[in-house]
Amino acid sequence: MKKFFAALMSLTIFAVLLAGCADVEISEEVIEEETEVQTLTVDNPEYYTRFKDDNISINVYNWGEYISDGSEKGTLDVNAEFTKLTGIKVNYTTFATNEELYAKLKGGGSSYDIIIPSDYMISRMIKEDMLEPLNMDNIPNFKYIMDKFTDPEYDRGSKYSVPYTWGTVGIIYDSTLIDEENIDWDILWNEDYADRILMFDNPRDAFAIAEIMLGYSLNTENPEELKRAAELLKEQKKVVQAYVMDEIFDKMGAGEALVAPYYAGDAVTLMDEYEDLAFTIPESGTNLFVDAICIPKGSSKKEAAEMYINFMCEPDIAYATTDYIGYSTPHSQAYERLDDEIKNDGISYLEDDYIEEKTTVFKNLSDEANLQMQTLWTEMKSAEEETPNKWIVPLFMIGCIIASIAILIRRHIRKKKDIF
Amino acid sequence: MALVLLFLYIPIFVLIVFSFNSTKSRSVFSEFTFDWYIKLFQNELIMKSLLNTIIVAVIASVAATILGTAAAVGINNMKKIPKGIILNVTNLPIINPDIITGVSLMLLFVIFTARMNFEFGFVTLIIAHITFNVPYVILSIMPKFRQMNPHLYEAAQDLGCGPVSAFFKVVLPEIMPGIVSGFLMSVTFSLDDFVVSYFTSGSTSQTLPITIYSMTRRKVSPEINALSTIIFLVVVIVLVVKNVIERKSMIKKEVKA
Amino acid sequence: MKKLISAPYLLWAAVFIVVPLIMVAYFAFFDNGKFTLEYVSSVAQYSNIFVRSIWLAAVATVICLIIAYPIAFILTRMERSYQSTMLMLVMLPMWMNFLLRTYAWMTLLGNNGVINNFLGFFGLGPFKMLNTSGAVVLGMVYNYLPFMILPLYTVMEKIDVSVLEAAQDLGCNSANTLMRVVLPLSLPGVMSGITMVFVPAISTFIISRMLGGGGNLLIGDLIEMQFLGNSYNPNLGASIALVLMVIILLIMTIMNQFDDDGDRVLM
Repeated sequence: MKKFFAALMSLTIFAVLLAGCADVEISEEVIEEETEVQTLTVDNPEYYTRFKDDNISINVYNWGEYISDGSEKGTLDVNAEFTKLTGIKVNYTTFATNEELYAKLKGGGSSYDIIIPSDYMISRMIKEDMLEPLNMDNIPNFKYIMDKFTDPEYDRGSKYSVPYTWGTVGIIYDSTLIDEENIDWDILWNEDYADRILMFDNPRDAFAIAEIMLGYSLNTENPEELKRAAELLKEQKKVVQAYVMDEIFDKMGAGEALVAPYYAGDAVTLMDEYEDLAFTIPESGTNLFVDAICIPKGSSKKEAAEMYINFMCEPDIAYATTDYIGYSTPHSQAYERLDDEIKNDGISYLEDDYIEEKTTVFKNLSDEANLQMQTLWTEMKSAEEETPNKWIVPLFMIGCIIASIAILIRRHIRKKKDIF
Repeated sequence: MALVLLFLYIPIFVLIVFSFNSTKSRSVFSEFTFDWYIKLFQNELIMKSLLNTIIVAVIASVAATILGTAAAVGINNMKKIPKGIILNVTNLPIINPDIITGVSLMLLFVIFTARMNFEFGFVTLIIAHITFNVPYVILSIMPKFRQMNPHLYEAAQDLGCGPVSAFFKVVLPEIMPGIVSGFLMSVTFSLDDFVVSYFTSGSTSQTLPITIYSMTRRKVSPEINALSTIIFLVVVIVLVVKNVIERKSMIKKEVKA
Repeated sequence: MKKLISAPYLLWAAVFIVVPLIMVAYFAFFDNGKFTLEYVSSVAQYSNIFVRSIWLAAVATVICLIIAYPIAFILTRMERSYQSTMLMLVMLPMWMNFLLRTYAWMTLLGNNGVINNFLGFFGLGPFKMLNTSGAVVLGMVYNYLPFMILPLYTVMEKIDVSVLEAAQDLGCNSANTLMRVVLPLSLPGVMSGITMVFVPAISTFIISRMLGGGGNLLIGDLIEMQFLGNSYNPNLGASIALVLMVIILLIMTIMNQFDDDGDRVLM
């Protein structure tokens, strides 16, 4: 007991000493980084004053790591700026996958005013009457959206959505340990990197990779093809370390894993932070996605939400967003302002030819195909690598029952003895 | 013994040590810093959810204590069979895994929200917390009734007390320790609950555990370590104070005796 | 008259305890008001998840019992003044949020985590520890160990020392005393410890997600996925929850058989 306390004390003292040493070092090393300071000016400040004194708040539901939050020096905290400008408070919460967002809207009773789903999910939501049509008069900044994004297939005529970002899916890898040329999707099945591979933790993105490898369309609804894709994913399971979404930032950053498929924008952010990481978009093709801002049905503050959308399309804000989160922007002014280095890095802004030939945009699948994909996904995730002895559980339970009967009988006998 | 304590405390110590780490690395300690603590206190989301957690815990445990005390008094006076049935129902939220309590309440609330103009938020969260707290209050009060002399209440009435004042003057002091421990248990469970809150909270009423969960699913910042350190310290202080008070009162009792 | 005072609670229990459970059953058997067995029967598809969950939870429970039993015994044999301090030390980690405790293990177990770095000094490893079933069991043991120690301690504390002395006087050696006196007397504590560890362990979804890498689903994950996760299907989710509830009730009934007085030792 006393020994334990002594050990505890010495541990603490050790930690303090260690800390003390480190403290000295820090003062010698002053890191100054030249950062431009972002500022915000808006086209039409009066537009934003409508709700100034109404003390309302809107609920924004966005992807994790998908907004500039001012955590880096000189960047804008978008939500705080919005509140400062309009007086509208922002309740900001995050989700990790489109499917999670769908479940939360469909099943939960929570109401949101702003959501940012991807293309295929938007068309599914439109089909199921889950989105409010937007009043574009309240979103004058829509004019900044590049022409090629204003009439998307998932939302003809942009009635329900305003594009936020776009990008492609590629492979992030540790270039110091993986020295290969022409990296393609099959690297994610490579046994040399077993247990150092991460994989998407959502069905649509994961199936897409398998479908590319099998040469199927990314929007296949053929049950046989879906099954084959699921089998391929099942094969991959033994080399996969973990199924993740935004946990990838930590796992790749800390060197836990060597290779992972993820969205180009996040790859840019990761590569900024960790020099060893590299990103490639496979030659065999990939998915091109657009994430767009929508207002879900049931929003009680539609006008305030439209104000938020318009705010997100302010050139300064759109630039801050793309600069911070690294995803490609559909905003013409924000794009103009980007460094040429970024425009030509071959990650965020691909050549039109490649986009034309190699990328596919997800479409909403039929209900049957969606359901089948879900079931296959759950099955794949629950599949055993090594089957444990299945009879162990029944045996365990039978053992319990026998033991309980034995005890009952013994007790019974004892009681009888007591009587005599 | 020492090994088990080591097993219990090493993870916490590691968390605490890395809350002072200047880089985001979780395995290599580079330099000492307090930055994460400063950032933590500036993080509005965390501060707001901390406030939410406290509000929910206080309201839910006060309500659960009142409801539970009244229920325990009533149940105690029931005949054997209804008493057994009700105690079994009361046991359900304790026996059932959290996830089933959470999911079942969620299904109920969804029906409510569909029928009425009503959304997930503080109300649903507090109802859920009261629901899983009341059983603990009842279960900590019931044994006190068993220990109490049943004739006390009658004696008080014989001596001229009305039923109400007899209750407050005689019965309540007897069961008070049970009420207090039930209340404390409720506060603890409410503060710590993640699973039930996860299924029943809305967009505006995130509690601290929910915020922690969403933090672990994103780019993790050592703010989370700083937060653990503070929570750990608070817990240590609360427990030490509680122990000191208990010891003092024990000594007093011994002196009196 | 006095019974009436419990009326608000009875109403509350009916609406928020009984009705929600009926809702679960309703969702399991009815799809848009139509009776169907489709969902309940499709639970069979996931029987391997049930097997794994029960197995992992059972392993964790047994490990907890093996660790907790001697600890509780040592605790009760300590001097009075130490006892409460030690008990507090054992319980203290439980007061920290379990997400944070689980998160701590994530940072310890990683390929580049603290443990592997430490072993690296001696030229060992790195060992794959995170994202395995072993890590999930470890997480369960770590989080639920106090739930086992506390009820064991509570019953053992009540065992009169003179009973043990009497046993020894009557010719039992220590091993025999333990087997024939302490063990039977502490059985109610063992049983409530087992249920208090097994039930949360079998239904967890956080521990498996954080430490298991998402490739080793447990029942909890499966239920969560159907309600708020990647495959929205509340009917299936309710069916799985219903089956889980039945399994737990069954196990509890078996457990209750061991219990002499039907008295549960609660915290």
